[in-house]
Amino acid sequence: MTAVRIPPTLRNEVGGARQVDADGATVRELLGDLAARYPALGSQILEGGDLAPFVNVYLGGEDVRTLDGLDTTVSDGQTLILLPAMAGGAC
Amino acid sequence: MPTYRELLSQVKAEIDEIGSPEAHARHAEQDAPLFLDVRELDEWQEGFIPGALHIPRGNLESRIEGLVPDKEREIFVYCAVGARSAFAAKALGELGYGDVSSVAGGFVDWKRNGFEIETPKALTPAQRSRYSRHLLIPEVGEDGQQKLLTARVLLIGAGGLGSPASLYLAAAGVGTLGIVDADVVDDSNLQRQIVHSTERLGEPKVLSAKRTIEALNPDVTVIPYEERLTSDNVERILSAGWDVIVDGADNFPTRYLVNDASVWHDVPVVHGSIYRFEGQVTVFQPGVGPCYRCLFPSPPPPELAPSCAEGGVLGVLPGIVGSLQASEALKLILGLGETLTGRLLLFDALHTTFDEVSVKRDPSCPVCGERPTITEYVDYVEFCNLAGRGVAT
Repeated sequence: MTAVRIPPTLRNEVGGARQVDADGATVRELLGDLAARYPALGSQILEGGDLAPFVNVYLGGEDVRTLDGLDTTVSDGQTLILLPAMAGGAC
Repeated sequence: MPTYRELLSQVKAEIDEIGSPEAHARHAEQDAPLFLDVRELDEWQEGFIPGALHIPRGNLESRIEGLVPDKEREIFVYCAVGARSAFAAKALGELGYGDVSSVAGGFVDWKRNGFEIETPKALTPAQRSRYSRHLLIPEVGEDGQQKLLTARVLLIGAGGLGSPASLYLAAAGVGTLGIVDADVVDDSNLQRQIVHSTERLGEPKVLSAKRTIEALNPDVTVIPYEERLTSDNVERILSAGWDVIVDGADNFPTRYLVNDASVWHDVPVVHGSIYRFEGQVTVFQPGVGPCYRCLFPSPPPPELAPSCAEGGVLGVLPGIVGSLQASEALKLILGLGETLTGRLLLFDALHTTFDEVSVKRDPSCPVCGERPTITEYVDYVEFCNLAGRGVAT
């Protein structure tokens, strides 16, 4: 099981949870497991089987796009962070 | 026991010396040695060799490693006539500095040869008192405080993030603060925007901020820009010349505009953003680390990018994130420590956690990459509407 951190703007899609667990040996499998259990989340972060361009996914603190993308292998104890940009500041 | 004269000649026999004409020739080189002035403060204030680092002889051993961590660095140490600097050179050698020479004849001989000197702008007694807690930190000191007083920081937004950031930068003595914001103070702002107050309701935020800041510290000049940053005014505002931009904008078009302008003007941006209980902070340093477009090539669709006005924000959250931005800005000005360049800090106030992810330069970045495809300002509102799957607003 891998802990997946959900950003505040996507928590409605997972019933309000800040963190959920997912199964998978690669980032693709992990996100596939998430998408199967939370279809609303899947439709936001995945586009035609690939990552939506505005979502960054970090594994062990590294952007998976700088690793092997969705094929990056997940090791025990690593945390996956989903992160879209946030605009807020002056508001 | 040797006399002072004997001790001095013994020490001089153990160290390397360099004449002031030779030292002067090296001073002009691109890869010049570090000139280290070990005289007392009153002597330093009368003038020093341009670019020199000042550590009085009495503080040399305790401060040098903090200020000059590289022990292989070539150092020319000088005092008034070359005696204190001889002892200083010996002490540096004992601390492991491997390439140290004492300037024979010292500053007196340098001046006699007609070589250029620099005279520091001294702090006034009032400034010495106001900034005493900075002056006590060796890494800041009088030189650092002078840097702050001559520094210019541009704040995008006088709201949640701009409030604490501008107040702390002003208190620290950052001499010029530009503030860009088109809004007026509204009662729903006051839960977090601490640079404003109830009596300022309806007043332009930039003028309200200017009053608060200049009351806090009369050393600070605030340049108010009562307008929204756009492709039409960004060149005028940036041409005023800024050392650091603190980005506390509340929308994506402004974020991308600030990014592109900062890359083209080579100005570092301290980025902060907040939503509900969570904040993000990082530093974008053109040419050194990634830019905003390397981190987020495209903004999310509007339904995934609610503003604080729609989703809310814990009042203290911008206090924490904006203070971190001020801290990063001060470090950039002072050239100290390790900034958040290449690192995105994620703060969660609800669980009190700080997480960090690494952010790399994207060689294919359309603005700061190897082959830029965006080389002039675009319609940023349109860019943000078309991005993120093209969902219409």
